[in-house]
Amino acid sequence: MSLKLSTRQVDGITVLDLSGRITLGDGSVKLRDATRDLLSKGSKLILLNLGDVNYIDSSGIGELVSAYTTVRNQGGELKLLNLTKKVHDLLQITKLYTVFDVKDDEASAIASFAKT
Amino acid sequence: MAESQASRVSMTLDSSLDSVDRVEQAAEQLAKAAGIQEDDIYRITMAVREAAVNAVLHGNAYDPSKHIHASLENTGTSLVIRIADEGKGVDLEKLPDPLAPENLLRGSGRGIFLIRSFMDEVHFRHLHPGTEMTLIKHLDTK
Repeated sequence: MSLKLSTRQVDGITVLDLSGRITLGDGSVKLRDATRDLLSKGSKLILLNLGDVNYIDSSGIGELVSAYTTVRNQGGELKLLNLTKKVHDLLQITKLYTVFDVKDDEASAIASFAKT
Repeated sequence: MAESQASRVSMTLDSSLDSVDRVEQAAEQLAKAAGIQEDDIYRITMAVREAAVNAVLHGNAYDPSKHIHASLENTGTSLVIRIADEGKGVDLEKLPDPLAPENLLRGSGRGIFLIRSFMDEVHFRHLHPGTEMTLIKHLDTK
């Protein structure tokens, strides 16, 4: 199942809803393009909703890290929402769970962003 | 092309992402047929996918003149998956530790680590040319 993305705005935060697989090729490229597109439009506060992402490979993990660092380097914030158990375990194994700001409730995730 | 016996499948495939998907699917079928639990099926298929990606991307560098060779076998006590490329060969034992603080935010370099995390044994063998990776998952035969 290829990756599907859609964006919505909630209280000044861009929520990127993802579903499917983030793997080498199509999935990773779509995530990279979407992040760059948001940044180019000035959207620097991004919440990645991974609730319907059932599979991420090492390339997908790398893309999440790249998105995180790219947004941070531009003065923004990128947080993760609704990790499935598999993705949660993957971030634990790779020690990235403590790097990312991971949320499991959208309302509190939205409220946690530092808005100016 | 693929030839299938009772519990062994061998494939020679192009250096493409389609080939990665095919090897992954074959691993999933092998693990399911062995009666392995769903969480372990996920780990095995991910490890095999990472090994196939490694062969296509880092080994053969998508070179259309090169192939990857995969064999997947249920020996009765273990699942044994071998994936070989025809590339220049890299010393996979000397890859940087992706868990080191200075490497945590790197955008790549986690594939071999995940393979080692999810399988019981991982072995590398230098070919001439290429590299063969053997992934082993022991079956609970009690």
